[in-house]
Amino acid sequence: MSPVVKRKRDKFSIPSKYLLLILTCVCVALMAVTFLTDYSAMPLNKLVGYVVVPFQSGVSRIGTWMSVRTDELGELRIILEENQELKQQIAELTVQNTQLQQDKYELNNLRELYKLDEQYSGYEKVGARIIARDSGNWFHAFIINKGTDDGLAVDMNVIAGGGLVGRIVDIGSNWAKVNAVINDDSNVSGMVLASSDILMVTGSLQLMEEGTIGFEQLIDSQNTVKVGDKVVTSNISDKYLPSILIGYISEINQDSNNITKSGKITPAVDFEHLEEVLVILKMKQQIED
Amino acid sequence: MFMKRNIILFLVILCGFVLQTTLFQALSFGGISPNILIIITVSYGFMYGKKYGMVVGFLCGLLMDIFYGNVLGFYALVYLYIGAANGVFHSIFFQEDIKLPLVLILVSDFAYLFTCYVLLFLLRGRFDFLFYLKHTIFPEIVYTIFVTVFIYPCILVLNRTMDDVERGDHRVV
Repeated sequence: MSPVVKRKRDKFSIPSKYLLLILTCVCVALMAVTFLTDYSAMPLNKLVGYVVVPFQSGVSRIGTWMSVRTDELGELRIILEENQELKQQIAELTVQNTQLQQDKYELNNLRELYKLDEQYSGYEKVGARIIARDSGNWFHAFIINKGTDDGLAVDMNVIAGGGLVGRIVDIGSNWAKVNAVINDDSNVSGMVLASSDILMVTGSLQLMEEGTIGFEQLIDSQNTVKVGDKVVTSNISDKYLPSILIGYISEINQDSNNITKSGKITPAVDFEHLEEVLVILKMKQQIED
Repeated sequence: MFMKRNIILFLVILCGFVLQTTLFQALSFGGISPNILIIITVSYGFMYGKKYGMVVGFLCGLLMDIFYGNVLGFYALVYLYIGAANGVFHSIFFQEDIKLPLVLILVSDFAYLFTCYVLLFLLRGRFDFLFYLKHTIFPEIVYTIFVTVFIYPCILVLNRTMDDVERGDHRVV
């Protein structure tokens, strides 16, 4: 020990190498427990939920309040101009709306005829605010401010702006962790809407840079899938509800095996500016009953 | 006294974690945010020795595991060893010297990120190391070092005050 910085002896007098050994064993035991059992750290989740989440939501609320105030001042003039344009648009849209309502009436009739009531517009949803993001730079999961107290559960689907954001993978009483579909460790079974071809949507840190998600294992022997086609969640996925929009195909490449194709999808959701999300309360497993 | 120090230590970790997940995410450049928890772990490691480094690292890692980890105990283990390794440098630590902390934080952050790459990415067949070095590891280290210049003095002042208070108490008793 140096003579310059001489400190009071620590109270716990276990030699440091034993402490290192003990803590290492604790970590390994925790890892073993998470790998081998279904135990999902519920008591710890609850505990940190009460200690950390209030701070996080407080800080992010202050942040949002401040950015909203600055935006308000800066954008007042732009908003006034926009208001004029929007009034014109309203007029146009009213005309369109009338037409669409007629179409919808027709659609409803047809749907009833085919009993296609699985559209996700019919699911019960709950709004939630993002209060914190992943602390590391490897993955891009985020924390929302609702949890089991609001009726949420693990594996519930999360959407925003009409597109799929991800699903809940971890939960506490007042928070939930959402794993985004753009995340490097996320795989979603998807379907090309036009041709019903199944594909695998795989997030990747490399593609995240350019704002796209990758897809692979598309078997498209007829060459019907084109750039711009809509990709939705497939009905064979066991976690995701069917027909939720994921994005649009932006690039298709033939794989070197000449059987499958892979490429890129532009997601329907703007993941960089995500602030509020909707959680669908219905889960895939419940649909049968 | 011991109690007070531990409570303050706990608050420092909590503040670091909350700021890292909220404020510094908002201040991120190109999706990269600094690693405050590693600054705290490393600082406590070489200021107070191995034991403190281990405990602080373990707590920081556990907090990350609970919120963001897929496997409970993974980050705790990585941070634990980083804290312990930095404790070795306790004997050559002088409060006036800022070079040692900067170098230690740089090396520790790189070791942490490299471990994460190998265990979380390389093992899943993501072989393009240069890409990850350029887009995640290098920017995070630079940003973390930049933030260290502001945060490290705060931790130093806090600990110096704690030491003074402790010594003062001693004299009275």
